[in-house]
Amino acid sequence: MSERTAPAAGEPGALYGYLVEFDKVDELLVGARAVRDAGYTRWDAHTPFVIHGLDAAMGVKKTVLPYLVFGAGLTGTVGGIALQWWTNAVDYPYLISGKPLFSLPANIPVAFETTILFAALTALVAMLALNGLPRLYHPLFTNRAFKRATDDRFFISIEAADPLFDRSATRELLESLSGRTVEVIEEA
Amino acid sequence: MSTSTAADLSYLDNTGTDPAVRARLVVGDNDFHSITEKVCGIVEQPRTPPAWWVLFAISSSLTLVLFAMIGYLVTTGIGVWGLQVPVSWGYAIVNFVFWVGIGHAGTLISAILFLLRQRWRTSINRFAEGMTIFAVVCAGIFPGIHIGRVWLAYWLFPIPNQMLMWPNFRSPLLWDVFAVGTYATVSLLFWYMGMIPDLASLRDRAKTRIRYYAYGLLSLGWRSSNRHWHRFEFAYLLLASLATPLVLSVHSVVSFDFAVSIMPGWHTTIFPPYFVAGAIFSGFAMVVTLIIPTRKIFGLEEIITARHLENMAKIMLATGMMVGLAYSTEFFIAWYSGNRYEAFTFLNRAFGPYAWAYWTMVTCNVVVPQIFWSRRLRNNPAVLWVASILINVGMWFERFVIVVSSLSRDYLPTSWGYYRPTIIDVLTFVGSFGLFFTLFLLFVRFLPIIGMAEVKGVMPQAHLDRPGHRGHGDYHGDIAASEVV
Repeated sequence: MSERTAPAAGEPGALYGYLVEFDKVDELLVGARAVRDAGYTRWDAHTPFVIHGLDAAMGVKKTVLPYLVFGAGLTGTVGGIALQWWTNAVDYPYLISGKPLFSLPANIPVAFETTILFAALTALVAMLALNGLPRLYHPLFTNRAFKRATDDRFFISIEAADPLFDRSATRELLESLSGRTVEVIEEA
Repeated sequence: MSTSTAADLSYLDNTGTDPAVRARLVVGDNDFHSITEKVCGIVEQPRTPPAWWVLFAISSSLTLVLFAMIGYLVTTGIGVWGLQVPVSWGYAIVNFVFWVGIGHAGTLISAILFLLRQRWRTSINRFAEGMTIFAVVCAGIFPGIHIGRVWLAYWLFPIPNQMLMWPNFRSPLLWDVFAVGTYATVSLLFWYMGMIPDLASLRDRAKTRIRYYAYGLLSLGWRSSNRHWHRFEFAYLLLASLATPLVLSVHSVVSFDFAVSIMPGWHTTIFPPYFVAGAIFSGFAMVVTLIIPTRKIFGLEEIITARHLENMAKIMLATGMMVGLAYSTEFFIAWYSGNRYEAFTFLNRAFGPYAWAYWTMVTCNVVVPQIFWSRRLRNNPAVLWVASILINVGMWFERFVIVVSSLSRDYLPTSWGYYRPTIIDVLTFVGSFGLFFTLFLLFVRFLPIIGMAEVKGVMPQAHLDRPGHRGHGDYHGDIAASEVV
């Protein structure tokens, strides 16, 4: 891309970053390790399926998702029990066969189900939210080769917003890793 | 299988006699791209196959029959069904339990087999999850209509209403609402979440604008980012861990509808495990019934391999034996408990007016699966398919026997009766199959029926090629080290 115009970051035509393609899983892993060791932070790998060992090669930190799901599950338990206590023992006391108005054993099945329901909904919603999805537009989608990231190719992208990003040094790094031409991705 | 005579197709047979040897999970000369081509190709066929239209015409007509029957029921009243005192639970409850049971295989395959690291599940889990959701849709209809007054269905839910009343949370019927409702929701989440990367594949291959936007919206802008995959995998693991106790709870809670009552033949502690085993049994039977024609029609034999069918036959054999054990335990306890009513109920089941239903059940559920001991028979898709249909029949009769035989001979001999369904009952049941198959056909036509991203992950190419990087325990690697083909 020409160096003379320099639109501000994020504007159409501004450089989003570089994208480079890999054929094989192990090439990608070696490449990811090198990019990680070079100290880049705003970069990503794109793979059609989960690759064992790539998280470590990229240095991805463990997600907080399990804690959110655990919290939601607890909320579901407490909510399920509170619902049954309020509706059947307080607001409209049900006297059935002289049984106690509030007794935990009878309330376990519903509390169990609300636990699962809250936790499962949170697992999906929080996963998407932490990933910044849904996000229907992304600069990477402008690249034709990138369409194969959901098929059979592996990619590494480094964002121009990375503090270490340098137009020539970053390009050289990526080209040395994959042996292919680096694709320039612009904001559209 | 039918193709075993053709020598050039022998590579499709990855069943083995030595359990220590791992079977290839995908056979043939496949790479990542060929998997994408095969699975997306089904959805991308420019012309819908004529066979699809024929099946769709039949199933959607039956769906209309279902809606017509429900309309007739609602406008006329519950008297159009064969219900009478003492048998006040008939087809509606039988069908509900039947469909919920079928809905168990999907989550079993996607959750329990995932936690147990059964990697062969990847070829069939999407399919089974889809089937689960459609079965739960069918199941959900029956409790909604079984009182005939559908406009009062909101009584099921704890919502403030004009009566200033709340539902009774000590009733297993209300537990059912929560169990089945949660199960339907979580199954849907699990199914959809697993499909996001595959929907993105369809988006990236879209040739028309409509497909591009439709799959684009559904895939939520998935861009295969590994930082996203990391959370995705974690969410998947968490959902699997949550769905595992859930799937066991659902049919347990359904069985409480019976077990918490005082009816002889219902009031037994064996019911929860017995129902869950039966549910898995019937669910796998339905998966097999659907998957054998589907893999044949769409040429998916290299992905849904002979070994997959064999594994499912083995699971049916195991769960069929559990069901058989439950039947005999019930009889033993009926005698051992010394309870006259219980003893009478079971003698009446086997030799009373519903003996024909009882022995149909025993034949289909206990005798038929025994053929799976034979390697030759269980590896013959035609035999397996017929057996799976018989098991479906048997499992429907199991619920019929439980519901009807106990009620028709209750404590008071003067009120004994014989339950006969009306044509409306039968057509409603048949119509529910129409709805099930209609949803299934739409799924096959418009959504990826095989989890491509997961299948690719278990292929040998997905693992490191360099020596010294094989065999990270049993989860990844060591495929190529010892394989059958």
